[in-house]
Amino acid sequence: MIYLRLFISFIQIGLFSFGGGYAALPLIQNQVVDVNGWLTVREFGDLLTISQMTPGPIAINAATFVGMKLAGAAGAAAATLGCILPSCIIVTLLAVIYFKYQSMGMMQGILGALRPAVVAMIASAGISVIADAVFPEGLISFRLDIAVIFIVAIILLRVRKMGPVAVMLICGAMEIAWSAVSGII
Amino acid sequence: MEKDISKKELLVKLFISSFYLSAFTFGGGYVIITLMKKKFADEYHWIDEKEMLNLTAIAQSAPGPIAVNGAIAVGYKLAGLPGMITAVLGTILPPFIIISIVSLFYEAFSKNPYIASALEGMLAGVGAVISSVVYDMAAPMVKSKNILSISVMAAAFILSYFFKVNAAFIVIACGILGAVKTWIAGCRK
Repeated sequence: MIYLRLFISFIQIGLFSFGGGYAALPLIQNQVVDVNGWLTVREFGDLLTISQMTPGPIAINAATFVGMKLAGAAGAAAATLGCILPSCIIVTLLAVIYFKYQSMGMMQGILGALRPAVVAMIASAGISVIADAVFPEGLISFRLDIAVIFIVAIILLRVRKMGPVAVMLICGAMEIAWSAVSGII
Repeated sequence: MEKDISKKELLVKLFISSFYLSAFTFGGGYVIITLMKKKFADEYHWIDEKEMLNLTAIAQSAPGPIAVNGAIAVGYKLAGLPGMITAVLGTILPPFIIISIVSLFYEAFSKNPYIASALEGMLAGVGAVISSVVYDMAAPMVKSKNILSISVMAAAFILSYFFKVNAAFIVIACGILGAVKTWIAGCRK
């Protein structure tokens, strides 16, 4: 039965993709293209393009896309549920342990060392996003428009204290305006 | 957490916020973590900043998408299992709906120049949001002049940015480091 096969296949993707985001890509490709042959390499490429243009974790996007293609909305639901099931169980267990023992000295020591690392990894992700946006194809491809929008966004966030979603929408509108004025669209 | 709002109200608010934040997580799981921090810690005061970082570490040490794991940890903290399910549904529904629709006509979608421009601009905005939140979180750690915190931050950044080391390994290594340090401090007493 296709629903069960989708569900089981995406449980494996959810269970073995540590580190989030692009770390899950080879695993998704292996299950979806190589093992089950549900997508061609070309279709997998399309899926990546769509994932980059839409919000949401790539594994969830892949589950929805593959499920829709093979068995409609029910297939998409089966694949998505499979994908998040391991997370639901493992993270809930970790959270239970955390809330039970959080006042212990040992737990405080561990978390004290983790927090700076978490901030550093968020910083690393942020710099990758900025670098990809401002220099999409290496240092020779500097995008002045994106750099200006970035600086305006920082001012809106820090000086005008605007909300993040509003700032992101303004940034999108600014780039549309820029493209229109410079004749790209 | 505010005690004056009922559980039902909390769940409704949690669902709406997760749904809204998830609809804007362009650029990977860390974006939703930073947006969650802004919404749940700075705006609603449901969680403090320290706890948000603890929950993020939990989200990173488990397999699966960071956005989903973060929603599970935060939802569980706010309202137990019902909170967990509410936050997860709020987080997965936007990509589910959007991909279901887009997969039907993705040729037109991926070639539309207006959509492409809007997304490029929004990516710059995402970078700015992450920078701003990182600044808020890192500044007190640097000012505390705690050598361990600062060296862990520097080392984790280098491993993650330059060597692309998987986040789960960094979390586990730092956890062991913290445990050893606490154990040594305990032995000295």
